[in-house]
Amino acid sequence: MSAGRLIAMARKEFIQIRRDPRSLLIALLLPIMQMALLGYGISLDAKHLALYVYDQEGSQDSQALLKHFQASQYFDLIRTVNNYHDLKRAIDSEQCKLGVVIPFDFSKRIRDSGSASVQVIVDGTDDNTANLAIGYSQAVIADYSAGVQHDWLTTQGLPVAGGGGLSIEPRTWFNEDLESRNFIVPGIMALVMALVGALLTSLTIAREWERGTMEQLISTPVTSREVMLGKLIPYFVLGMIDAALCAAIGVWWFEVPFRGTVWMLALTTALFLAVVLAIGFVISAGLKNQLAASSIALMVTLLPTSLLSGYAFPIEQMPAPIRAITYLIYSRYYVTILKALFLKGVGARALLGEMTALAVYAVIAGFFATRAFRKTLV
Amino acid sequence: MPANDAHAARASVEVTDLVKRFGTFTAVDRVSFQATRGEILGFLGPNGAGKSTIIRVLCGLLRPTSGRAIVAGLDVASEAEAVRQHIGYMSQKFSLYNDLEVIENLRFFAGMYNVPNHLAQQRIAGAIAMAGLAGHEHDLTGTLAGGWKQRLALGCAVLHEPAILFLDEPTSGVDPISRRHFWELIHQHAAAGVTVFVSTHYMDEAEYCNRLALINRGRIVAMGTPAELKRHAMKGTLLLARCDPLGPALEAAQTAPGVMEAAVFGNALHLTVGDPRTAIAALPAYFTRNGVRCADLEQIRPSLEDVFVALTGVRPPPAGGPAQ
Repeated sequence: MSAGRLIAMARKEFIQIRRDPRSLLIALLLPIMQMALLGYGISLDAKHLALYVYDQEGSQDSQALLKHFQASQYFDLIRTVNNYHDLKRAIDSEQCKLGVVIPFDFSKRIRDSGSASVQVIVDGTDDNTANLAIGYSQAVIADYSAGVQHDWLTTQGLPVAGGGGLSIEPRTWFNEDLESRNFIVPGIMALVMALVGALLTSLTIAREWERGTMEQLISTPVTSREVMLGKLIPYFVLGMIDAALCAAIGVWWFEVPFRGTVWMLALTTALFLAVVLAIGFVISAGLKNQLAASSIALMVTLLPTSLLSGYAFPIEQMPAPIRAITYLIYSRYYVTILKALFLKGVGARALLGEMTALAVYAVIAGFFATRAFRKTLV
Repeated sequence: MPANDAHAARASVEVTDLVKRFGTFTAVDRVSFQATRGEILGFLGPNGAGKSTIIRVLCGLLRPTSGRAIVAGLDVASEAEAVRQHIGYMSQKFSLYNDLEVIENLRFFAGMYNVPNHLAQQRIAGAIAMAGLAGHEHDLTGTLAGGWKQRLALGCAVLHEPAILFLDEPTSGVDPISRRHFWELIHQHAAAGVTVFVSTHYMDEAEYCNRLALINRGRIVAMGTPAELKRHAMKGTLLLARCDPLGPALEAAQTAPGVMEAAVFGNALHLTVGDPRTAIAALPAYFTRNGVRCADLEQIRPSLEDVFVALTGVRPPPAGGPAQ
């Protein structure tokens, strides 16, 4: 291994990246775009759900219930309608996610028996949102109902049940506001690193074959290991810059907390980059064709990382066979690490298993990378 | 002297029964030859004859199927990496980085050959001067004209002062003036003791070589100095016949008694005959009988092109011709 050749190789690759608009676009613009698109685009929260109301009674009691809905951040009361037909049409045309129907005898029933029913119609097309909408509306109504019961008992001269009974006082750790963005943004960072790392390196060897420069290069005494390392150094540096960029966007733009240490982030990112860069290199050396190499690189990085790494779709909820497969997906370890670093702020000891897994993958991928490129034609 | 012996060994090439097959196709078929220090050895042959394959095997880019190739005293099959330190190579297709500046390409290859820093600067300056690229150091290589590109590629290939140079059709697609300039550079390197292998299909360039290996279908069909080839490589004697009209004349000549081969060269026919005296006496009457007017019939010395056509059966591409 000659340091001179390594430096010459890395310098040349840097110059070529700098002069190639496509590489620059992938390296610098893509991460920002991905962070912005996915950071805004994927939200597993249901907030400000559009709500229509058909208030058949229009009494003080029904207005009080509606006030509870208005006060909730989960619902936006869009409009009040006067018949079922309009309500149905609003749900059909997706002007609202749910409709609340308050019956004409609402206040009478409350006064007489202390209990009344309210109809809630939910658009169940998206089951996740529908479930959340049902849950939130039950909570809102339960809140109102507690007040009604209290008043009714008082007016009936009955003792108000107090002190007794059990209640849950939930306290959420790590993602106190239960913002799905806090959970997703660190995962997006893994997605971006996998995408950029493998995509850029997938072009590097194939480009030399396609442009015919490989023949001259391999006629020199440079070793295949020097070619590999020399070519990967610039992409490694770029990858680390991208990681910093993504982390900065996450923390300062999306206001995701960062509770870990920067050096742990750097160390684990370096491990992850080593894996994806080596994968991209193997693909590039094997296919010798830029288009094919970049397509395959997308398939082996973006696809498993977005579906099976747990960055947005929790691994715990996957069926057992799929869950078993996720252990093979290198990005799952990085996603776990990133979430822990951003939200929990745990140290190296808690992440030892994930880091070991990444290191093992880095060694395996590195081994194949040194084998993938041979200095012979054909 | 031992030092001289070492130099001679570093610059020599010895090939014995070299075979290179791709699947069932035999690209190089039992080829043997030697080259010594300071010699310019030309590989002449039609496209697909195997010239490039031989050069690639000698550079260690392809593994020989069988046979031995000793380059710079090293076996290319087992010591390819060591061989590369002693050779310079210019591939058939221009293969420097078009998106690098002239100086960046030179620096890169100086790095690849591990030229020490204090020598690199001076040699890069030398290469720029040789290529005539002074003032263009920061031009993007892709914007250079063909002749300059070729000279720059040569400059990159000699930065480590190799003992042996392999140039695979280095002047293809380059204008005649640049080609002559390039050959002057080749001669300069040979004069300095570098052994140079050049493949070409230009006849005029072949004349510049010390020795030629005429290659057809993977085999060396003739080898020697250009003069030797012209004198001995052909069977029979060559006659020039100026006839009119040319087409029917060729047809007639191909069936004429005593004519072994007939081919059109320019506006005349070249006829290979066994016995020139009988042929010169008999042919004019034969042409007249076939309705062809034959104005002139004389014995000529064969050119390399005649040898090429006679031995390969392939007409060489129109030569650009050396600049006048």
